[in-house]
Amino acid sequence: MNHNQPVYTDNDPQNELVTLNLGPTHPATHGVFQNVIQLDGERIVSGVSTIGYIHRAFEKIAEHRPFYQITPLTDRLNYCSSPINNMGWHMTVEKLLNIQMPKRVDYLRVIIMELSRIADHIICNTIIAQDTGATTTFLYLFQFREHIYEIFEEICGARLTTNIGRIGGFERDFNDIAFSKINKFLKEFPVALKEFESLLNRNRIFIDRTAGVARVSAEQGLDYGWTGPLLRSTGVDYDVRVSEPYASYQDFDFEVPVGTSGDIYDRYLVRNEEMWQSLRLIEQGMEKLKNEPAGIFHADVPEFYLPAKEEVYNNMEALIYHFKIVMGEIDAPKAEVYHAVEGGNGELGFYLINDGGRTPYRLHFRRPSFINYQMFAPMSKGMLLSDAIINMSSMNIIAGELDA
Amino acid sequence: MTEVTNKEIIDALTEKFGGQITGVNEPYGLLTLETTKDAIIEVLKFLKENSIANFNFLTDITAVHYPEKKHGIAVVYHLHSMVKRIRVRVKVFIDEHHPTIPTATVIWNAANWMERETYDFFGVKFEGHPDLRRILNMDELGVHPMLKQYPLEDPNRVDKKDEYFGR
Repeated sequence: MNHNQPVYTDNDPQNELVTLNLGPTHPATHGVFQNVIQLDGERIVSGVSTIGYIHRAFEKIAEHRPFYQITPLTDRLNYCSSPINNMGWHMTVEKLLNIQMPKRVDYLRVIIMELSRIADHIICNTIIAQDTGATTTFLYLFQFREHIYEIFEEICGARLTTNIGRIGGFERDFNDIAFSKINKFLKEFPVALKEFESLLNRNRIFIDRTAGVARVSAEQGLDYGWTGPLLRSTGVDYDVRVSEPYASYQDFDFEVPVGTSGDIYDRYLVRNEEMWQSLRLIEQGMEKLKNEPAGIFHADVPEFYLPAKEEVYNNMEALIYHFKIVMGEIDAPKAEVYHAVEGGNGELGFYLINDGGRTPYRLHFRRPSFINYQMFAPMSKGMLLSDAIINMSSMNIIAGELDA
Repeated sequence: MTEVTNKEIIDALTEKFGGQITGVNEPYGLLTLETTKDAIIEVLKFLKENSIANFNFLTDITAVHYPEKKHGIAVVYHLHSMVKRIRVRVKVFIDEHHPTIPTATVIWNAANWMERETYDFFGVKFEGHPDLRRILNMDELGVHPMLKQYPLEDPNRVDKKDEYFGR
């Protein structure tokens, strides 16, 4: 037998490309979206991404709702870190209305947003590990998401779609149980994170599956509009918290971790390091809170801040403001404003145009998952199918944010 | 890092494009300007490549519908210079009956899906776009739902009529 000749002929089925539908609902897609890929053996020749399966017309609905009623919509964007979306939206409206926050509110916001970031990164990094076959790490670190949810629950009563903020601050102050839970988390999580890192960072199988896979250069990342940990893994030092600080991030001391090669391993490392930085931020926030007078959890803006229910029942002024705010009678200036926050996946931007009416004239969300994901199909070309799966988990695509 | 001011950017743009740069404004400090659909690609290229500002990053593309205006659809670009830490918003008003504008995918690949989304919602046809299809809505939808002529709620509902609230 001549070994230089292929063992199949032109009519051989082995010579044909295989079309594979990855998704819409598939365990590896982490959400409802579809990739139609053409395979030559195990190698991807081409791919087409289809999204929109859970498109819920957020922007259209937002045009028909007063500012407060838009908050629950933002909760459902990136549902792995809904407080960040929440706060981002409220800060956009505060920017529109020129409301200044008391420092204590800003610090509380930083604590909550960083807890959310940790929750978001836990999901992504443990899922990368899970997709390389390391289920233990996934289950081990996941219990700390549960702890974060318990903190949220203590503050606002909800766990996943939190609705945690208000225009001008929070709906209520953090109670002592919430603070003690945060302290407990600060004590216990570093131990687990360290263990998680020691299980994976130098793990031969994990490195083989991730290092050098799906490598993206800084130029490519910028060209495709990447932000967040994905862009930072390519070596671009861009973080909204540093470049345009909001909620007093300028008062905090933290670093922006960057990678060098932009591969899956670097994305994993960047997210891990960000979790350490988030812990630093929360610790500093807790320390700073000690110097702020307790009990302040919103700015003194009764015409915009939704009063507590007991106030509404017992105070005429509060009742009037409550009614005006709920009916969308907020006197907001005619203006347009763009405000960005650093979400779990990157720059989460809110572009709000207000024409003085009851509802926004136009509201557009710049959703990092949507913009990051468009590179998936082009970058998968030539990749092994099994690598593309890990690549997808490392991009942390959240279907709620992707489709909006 | 050398800082750059909004004025320097505007001066550079007016020197190059003259009367094609209009409507300069700074809401909340964010430089906003208008240009025409003939000039938009050149303006974006200039903003990206000129060393004064170096807006190398395309943050967002979207549109706004103003049915009462003559040129009723505004296509809005948000650009960002990560080096100089400055943003700019560029608007182009186009005719809502023939909403066409050249594609920005020739400058950034990021524009691809952003333009598909804008086409899906507003019907703006980006000329030269490599793959202009709907992206979030189903192909058979037939309308571009973010246009103002498609209200969301049943107009016969009376509980939210403005006249009952003195508006």
